[in-house]
Amino acid sequence: MRSICALWVFASLALVNLAHADDPDVTIGSKKFTESVVLAEILSQLATEHGASVRRRSELGGTRVLWSALQRGAIDAYPEYTGTVATEILDTRIDDLRERLKAEGIAMSAPLGFNNTYVLGMREAQAEQLGVETISDLVEHPELRFGFSNEFMDREDGWPGLRRTYSLPQRDVRGMDHDLAYRGLAAGSIDVVDLYATDAEIEYYGLRRLRDDLDYFPRYDAVILYRVDLETRAPGVVTAFERLEDQVSAAEMTRLNAEAKIDKRPPAEIASEFLFHELGVQTEAPSESAWGRFWTNTWAHLVLVFVSLGMAILAAVPLGVLAARRERAGQWILGTVGIVQTIPALALLVFMIPLLGIGAAPAIAALFLYSLLPIVRNTYAGLHDIPRPLMESAVVLGLTPRERLRHVELPLAARSILAGVKTSAVINIGTATLGALIGTGGYGQPILTGIRLDDVSLIMQGAVPAAGLALVCQAAFEVAERRIVSRGLRPPD
Amino acid sequence: MPSKPAIEFDHVTKAFGAHVAIRAIDLSIPSSRTTVLIGPSGCGKSTLLRMVAGLIEPDEGRVRIDGRSLAPAILPAVRDRLGYVIQEGGLFPHLTARENVSLVARLRGWSDTAMRVRLTELLDLAQLPTTALDRYPLELSGGQRQRVSLMRALMRDPEILLLDEPLGALDPMIRSELQHELRRIFRQLHKTVLLVTHDLAEAGYFGEDIVLMREGQIAQRGTLESLVDDPADGFVRAFVNAQRQPGTASEAAP
Repeated sequence: MRSICALWVFASLALVNLAHADDPDVTIGSKKFTESVVLAEILSQLATEHGASVRRRSELGGTRVLWSALQRGAIDAYPEYTGTVATEILDTRIDDLRERLKAEGIAMSAPLGFNNTYVLGMREAQAEQLGVETISDLVEHPELRFGFSNEFMDREDGWPGLRRTYSLPQRDVRGMDHDLAYRGLAAGSIDVVDLYATDAEIEYYGLRRLRDDLDYFPRYDAVILYRVDLETRAPGVVTAFERLEDQVSAAEMTRLNAEAKIDKRPPAEIASEFLFHELGVQTEAPSESAWGRFWTNTWAHLVLVFVSLGMAILAAVPLGVLAARRERAGQWILGTVGIVQTIPALALLVFMIPLLGIGAAPAIAALFLYSLLPIVRNTYAGLHDIPRPLMESAVVLGLTPRERLRHVELPLAARSILAGVKTSAVINIGTATLGALIGTGGYGQPILTGIRLDDVSLIMQGAVPAAGLALVCQAAFEVAERRIVSRGLRPPD
Repeated sequence: MPSKPAIEFDHVTKAFGAHVAIRAIDLSIPSSRTTVLIGPSGCGKSTLLRMVAGLIEPDEGRVRIDGRSLAPAILPAVRDRLGYVIQEGGLFPHLTARENVSLVARLRGWSDTAMRVRLTELLDLAQLPTTALDRYPLELSGGQRQRVSLMRALMRDPEILLLDEPLGALDPMIRSELQHELRRIFRQLHKTVLLVTHDLAEAGYFGEDIVLMREGQIAQRGTLESLVDDPADGFVRAFVNAQRQPGTASEAAP
């Protein structure tokens, strides 16, 4: 049993080392929506073309994650929008952005050429019939039904400000999921929706963009945020970024989005074609076979689950022993690991970024924390449930406390402890899929991409192996139980 | 009684919360003989035994073994010289009979040969078939479990044997057989034996020296005959009668 533990620890350390083996010149991140993924892929290929070795951290979970990662140097660059920087990151005016970013050690490229702001959209035919071209024109049509994304309903730069600015009279205004809003519009159950200016669906559903004639919406110019130190560390990469300035029009971006989202072409191919047509640059679209991707994800997932589990066992069993030994400390320990369990996984992952960056390390740390409770609790319970006469026999036999733990208590609690470890392992396998949000890879990656592309088969490529892994893990623990738990503790067959 | 005391209780008192289990008891247990503590449930007989094992500390008074006061610092040395057997045997269920018996010896660095020799002696003494050695406690009969438990207690040849209702959980046939063997073993080994039971016949069978307790105090000490023929008070008479003629206890009670 001891040798199994030693082997596990050794293997874990080796795995973590392996993960940090090669350090690239530049790491490029993206958000988890299609446009960001495509833009980041364009940046990556262009940087590669300029001689840099590039690591991609695609589909990270939101502005907070990317910004923290950029600040900490876990990524070096990612595509962003000026409006988002102003409202969500810095809380400042658009004119001040460059100065304020500089103070944070972050540089901002010139605009890439399109403004992905909010727009309002209507079915082309209906807009034509009613003669609606601008948002001001909507004032004449109070009967129109509005369906806005939930975020747009709440944001100060969304519906509340829009209604005030244009004095819009409409009463039938509903909040709904962005993707459902398109379907509602196509089905005719709503008339006006909020859109991003470059949404692929605008062309797909044949929508008219209503002009923001009072300049209500802030500008969401696409830019590249990158760390200032990149200018000295990899000047070629910064030069590469400059080549993209003013090269991507709204129409062009909409087309690229449509190719990715509606035609479901790989972002690498789309990026490669774009660079060839727009900049005349011949780039290599990195490709990986489906099997290759599967093994990469499997490997990443196994590392997450078992490194964190191994560390959790090393920490949780002693904590459980301490909890069983000292009543006061025990309540404290069980309470604390219990509270950790109640922190939502995504929040815990985001908390970890400032400490550990992105990728495997923060995910392993979060999974480690989640694994503690079942193991601590079961170790405590297993020790606590040992009948008192047995413990007294051990004491009077003259066994020292250490000998009692090693030869009596832990073996007697083994079944309970093992059950706790099994619970942690199975929970870990599921929770580790969330790691993809902070760039760990693993089975969460196809799930995330599948959700982005509304592609059920892709979601299955992550969900099915994760479920399979959980089953294999259960079976492995049954075998381990036979080896570790004494035959004397099992009821005779 | 010529032998010097092995265990002495010197004005020992112990309370568990509001319940006073032992009231200022003075008692000395001679060495190399069998002394039996007897009395109704809750009279404090097990508490006295557990004090000798160092599992319970007295609130007041002292417990001495070979003249030395029991204190936490000397407990390990004392326990090296104690054997302890409890009602259900207290065998570790995850270890085989052999592992149970030899665990401490192995941890104290006995050689394989020394352990094997001692195990053979004990098998002979306890009349346990060799094949039982590699079974787990769950796979042994109740009687076999108590034999193994006794072997474990005797493994390191202790000077004092503490037995807390060792036969209490056995059915009458096995119980009588084991009573017989235990007495043979006690006589053969000449150890200081302190045995707790609630069965007067068993007490008389094992020892000439019977200590009858009641509510944390000693009601009477003597041979079985003296308890029966010359009870110190109504309680002793009632206790003796209750064990001899079922149903007469309440009539005889004071």
